[in-house]
Amino acid sequence: MNHRLPPADGEVLDRTKALTFTWNGKKLEGFEGDTITSALMANGHHIIGRSMKYHRPRGVLTADFWDPNTTVQVGDEPNVRASHRKLEAGMQVVAQNVWPSLSFDIKAANGLVGRFLTAGFYYKTFMKPAALWPRYEHVLAKFAPGGEVDLDTPHGRYDKRFAHPDVVVAGGGPAGLSAAIAAAEAGSSVMLVEHEHHVGGHLLWGTEEDRARVADLTAAALAAGVEILTNSTVTGRYEDNWIAILQRNHPGVVERLIKARAKTLVVAAGTIERPYVFEGNDLPGVMTSGAVRRLITMYGVKPGKQAVVFSANESGEAAIDDLRRAGVSIARVVDALTGERIVSTKGSKKRVKEVLLEDGAKIKCDLVVTAVGWTTPTSLLNMAGDRPVYDADAARFFPSGAPDNVLATGGMVGDGSLDDLIEHGRVTGELAAGRAAVVRHRLQVATARAETVDEAEPGYLADERTPLDRWPHPELFRASTHGIVDYSEDVSSKDLYSAAAEGFDSVELIKRFTTATMGPSQGKLETVNTVAVLAQARGDSIGDVGTTVWRPPYAPISLGALAGRINEPTRLSVIQPWHEANGATPILAGQWVRPDHYGDPLSEVRNTRENVGIIDVTPLGKLDLQGPDVANLLSLLYTNKWMQLPIGSVRYGIMCAEDGVVLDDGVTARLDEEHYLMTTTSSGAARIWSWIEMWLQTERPEWQVHVTPVTTGLTSINIAGPKSRALLGRLTDIDLDNEAFPYMRVRQGLIAGIEQCIAWRIGFTGELSYEIHVPSGHGLAVWERLLAEGADLGVKPFGLEAQRIMRLEKGHFIVGQDTDGLSKAPVTGLDPLLKFDKDDWAGLPEVRWSLESGDHPVIVACQPDDRSIVPEEAAQILRSGTTEIVGRITSSRMSPTLERSICLAQVSKEFADAGTSLEVLLVDGRRITATVIEHHAHFDPEGERLRG
Amino acid sequence: MLLVPCPNCGPRNAADLSYNGESRPRPDPQTCSPEEWRTYLYLRDNPSGWLVESWYCSSGCRKHFTIERHTLTGELRTPILPGSKPGATKGSTK
Ligand SMILES: [Zn+2]
Repeated sequence: MNHRLPPADGEVLDRTKALTFTWNGKKLEGFEGDTITSALMANGHHIIGRSMKYHRPRGVLTADFWDPNTTVQVGDEPNVRASHRKLEAGMQVVAQNVWPSLSFDIKAANGLVGRFLTAGFYYKTFMKPAALWPRYEHVLAKFAPGGEVDLDTPHGRYDKRFAHPDVVVAGGGPAGLSAAIAAAEAGSSVMLVEHEHHVGGHLLWGTEEDRARVADLTAAALAAGVEILTNSTVTGRYEDNWIAILQRNHPGVVERLIKARAKTLVVAAGTIERPYVFEGNDLPGVMTSGAVRRLITMYGVKPGKQAVVFSANESGEAAIDDLRRAGVSIARVVDALTGERIVSTKGSKKRVKEVLLEDGAKIKCDLVVTAVGWTTPTSLLNMAGDRPVYDADAARFFPSGAPDNVLATGGMVGDGSLDDLIEHGRVTGELAAGRAAVVRHRLQVATARAETVDEAEPGYLADERTPLDRWPHPELFRASTHGIVDYSEDVSSKDLYSAAAEGFDSVELIKRFTTATMGPSQGKLETVNTVAVLAQARGDSIGDVGTTVWRPPYAPISLGALAGRINEPTRLSVIQPWHEANGATPILAGQWVRPDHYGDPLSEVRNTRENVGIIDVTPLGKLDLQGPDVANLLSLLYTNKWMQLPIGSVRYGIMCAEDGVVLDDGVTARLDEEHYLMTTTSSGAARIWSWIEMWLQTERPEWQVHVTPVTTGLTSINIAGPKSRALLGRLTDIDLDNEAFPYMRVRQGLIAGIEQCIAWRIGFTGELSYEIHVPSGHGLAVWERLLAEGADLGVKPFGLEAQRIMRLEKGHFIVGQDTDGLSKAPVTGLDPLLKFDKDDWAGLPEVRWSLESGDHPVIVACQPDDRSIVPEEAAQILRSGTTEIVGRITSSRMSPTLERSICLAQVSKEFADAGTSLEVLLVDGRRITATVIEHHAHFDPEGERLRG
Repeated sequence: MLLVPCPNCGPRNAADLSYNGESRPRPDPQTCSPEEWRTYLYLRDNPSGWLVESWYCSSGCRKHFTIERHTLTGELRTPILPGSKPGATKGSTK
C-alpha cells in the first residue's frame, strides 16, 4: 500500500535518500526528512499507538510535536514522539502500550465492556483497603502506558550551555523571524528558537509564495547574525528572563540544555489548532486541518481516500485545496459558518468509516478533517505573570500583559495578513532591541568600573505598537455528542461533566481530578476544550471559568538534559599521585580523594602505635588569621577562652552555631602577636571560612582581622607514634625535646630543608605526634624524605581508616558523625570547654539553656560485652526489653590495639554513667549488650603516650 | 533565576550567591529571653512586598550585602553593603 504522493514543491523529503527501518519487526522504507509517522502513513500504517486507559486504536491527529497518541519505542528509547522525530536508517520502531499486538489489543476490550475507568477512577478505586495496594499495583502495572526501559542502555551524553543573548525569540514563524531580524539589525545579539525542525511556521505548509517568504526571511535572519536553533524549545521563563532552552539537535549529544539570560524575551509561539469534541473523534482518520496540510505538503503523504471536512476558517479551506491536489475526494464540506455541524462518527476498530451530520446525512469516508479554531499557547507569557483573557468573538484566549522585558507578537496576539504579521514582528523586534539596550547598559554600569562606561543610558522605549486585528471566529468546542477531550489521558467530555456534577467544578480541581491536560501534550491541545466543556457543564461562560495556570516546562525535558554532564570536581593533595602509585585505596571524603588505606588498615594502626606512621592530612581546613582582633574573633566563635593564648601555643576548641548545635572543631595555633593558624574539619573548611566572614562583615565590622584560606597552600602531614620524635628530629632544626617543645605547642622552622614550616604537637591518634605544615610545592618531597629517613624506624604511611580507628580508640568524636544537626555543645560532654564567664560567643544562650535543663543526650564510649561483635554505626540503643529508643551507636570499629570492638554512642543522660549496660539492636534483629566505660578514651585515657 | 546585584561583582545569578534572607538584630546573649533569642533564630516576617534581605557572594568576592527586593515582583532597589548608606553603590538591573 503506497500512500506516497509524487514529488512536489514544499516537501521536506530528500527522495534520493531512502531509509530502511522496521515497524513492529516489519521492514519498511521512508525518505530522509520523513518523521516516523509520515513514513508509516506513507506505507499505509495509520494506527500508530493505543490510548492510555481504554487501549483504543489511535492515529495521527496533528502530525506535529504535540500529536498526542503517536509515542513509540525506538530501539531502547521509549516514549519517542513519532510525529516529531525524524526517521533514521535502521530505526527499530515498535508500538507502545499494546498487547499482544497493535491491531489486536486485548486490553481494548475494557473500553467496550464498560467504562470502569471513569473520572477519578484512581482516587476512588484504590483508596481502600490499604492492604490491597500491592495487588492493585500488580494490576495497574499491566495497564501502565509508556515504553520499556532497557536498564543496560549506555548513558547518553548530555550537555549544558550558558548564553547571554540580548534577545531570545521563542517561535520561528513569520512574526518571530521578522522580530529576530529587526532586533539583530538594531544591534542586538539574537537567539531564535523554533521547536519544529524548520523555521517558517504555518508558511511551510502554505503556498509557494509563502515558502519564498520563508527563504527570504531566513536569509535575512542569518545575514543579520541571528543564531537560529531548530528542533529546540524554550521550555521555561524564570525571574529576570532566565530562559531555559532545550536543544534536541546539537551534534554529539542527546540533548543540550541552554540557560540563557535574555535581556528581552519575544514570545512568538503562534497558535495551535484545536481538535473538535464529538463521538468518535479519536478514531484513526480524524485529524485537524493542519495535520493533513502538513502531511500532504511537507511529507508527501496522502492521508486518506475520501474526506469529510468540517471547516470554520481559512485553514479548513486550504486543507480542502490540499486534499484535492493530493487526489483525495471530498465527500462533503461541512460548513460551520453556515451553521452545519458534525454530530458523530462511526468506524471499524481500525478507522473512521462514516460521519453523521446534524441534518441527518450519513456520509461514508475514511478521513474526517476538522478546522474549528485556535488555541493560544500562552505558557511562556504566563510564566512571566501574564493571565490570558478569553475573547468570545475570536473564540480564543489572548495575553493580557507581561512584564516590560517580555513581548508577544504574531498569531498569539491577533490575526492579520502575512504582511501584517511580519510588520508586527518587525516593530516588536525593534522594541525588544531598544529595551535590551537599556538593560545591557545598566548591566555594564553595574558590572564595570565607573570610568569604563561613559555613555548615557539609552532612552526607554514605550510600547507603541499598533495591535493586530482579531478576526471573528465561531465558538466551536463540542458537538451535541460526547467525545475525547484529552487524547493522551483518555479523558472524555462525559468524564468532565460527571466530575463537574460531583463538585469538581473549578478548572484547577477538574484538571487534577480527571487528569485532563496533564499528559505529555501538557494541555496544548486540551486545555481550552476542557475549559469550554466545563463551562457548558456549569452553564457558565468560558471567560468565567478561566484557564489553568501554565507552568514550566513548555515541553518535556529529559532528566539527562537537566543533569547535564557529571561535573563534580574533586580535590587532591599534592601527595595523591604518590598514594596512588603506592597501592592506596582511594575514598572520596567530601570533595577530597584520599587514601582510605594502603592494603591493611589494622596493620597501619599497629605500626603507628609501635613505631611511627605518617598520614597526609592536607584536606584539614586551614585559615591564616592576622590582625589585632584575632583573639576577639576566636573568643567569639569558640566556646572556650582565647584571650590569653601564649605565642607558640595550640589550643583545641569547638564552635557552635547560634542555635547551640556543634558546628565544627579543631585546633588553632598562635604563631605570633597578631598571627594565628586555625584548623577546621576537612568538610567544614569552606563553611567556617564563610562563618568567620559573616561575623566579621555583619556583626563585628569594626574588628580588624584578615582571613586567608590556606588549606591547599600548605601540605599537612601528621607524624604519629612513639618514634615520631626520632623521625622528625632527623629532618628539622626545631628543638623537639619534650621540655622545649611540649604537647599542645607550635614551633616554626626548617623541615627537610624547607623554610617557614610549621610543626605542632597534638594527639588525635593518641600517640606522640607532630603535625607539620609545609608549603605545598614541597609537600611531596617532604613526604618522601620522611619515608626515606625513617626506614630504619619502621615508618609506614597510614590512611583515613587507620586514623579513624585510632581516634575512636582515643574516644575523640567527629563532628557530623558522632554529633548531628540536633547535637548542642553539651552533648559532647566537654563541659569544661563551655565558658559562661565570657560575655558572648556564638550559640551561648542555647548552650546555657541546654545545660541548665540537662535534657540532652550525651556522647559516651561503650564496649560490646561480646568483644567480637562490631555493631553497625547508627544501630539503635533501646531501653532494655522494650522498643523505646534511648540512643544510637555513632562510631564503631574493631580495635586492633585492644583486640575488641569499641564504640562511641549518643545516649539519653540516664544511660550515660560508667558501667551502665546498653541494649543494642543490630540490623539483623539481634539484641546485644554493651557497657558504658568511664572515659571517652578506650585506650590510654590518661594520655601518657601523647605527652611523652 | 534572580539576577542579584553584588556591589563588587555586578549582577550575578542567584546560584552564585548564598541567600541569608531577612536578618534580625542579635539580642544580648547575656540578658535575652528564650523567646527573644528564638525569634532572632527562627522567626521571619516573610512579607509579600518590599524586603531587606542579605546575600553572601559565596562564589565571588565573598562580600555580605543587603538588597531591597519586592518578594512578589522581584523588583530591586539599590544594594547596600553592610555599614554603607543606601545609594552608595551602583544601580540595579531590574
Ligand atoms: Zn561579589
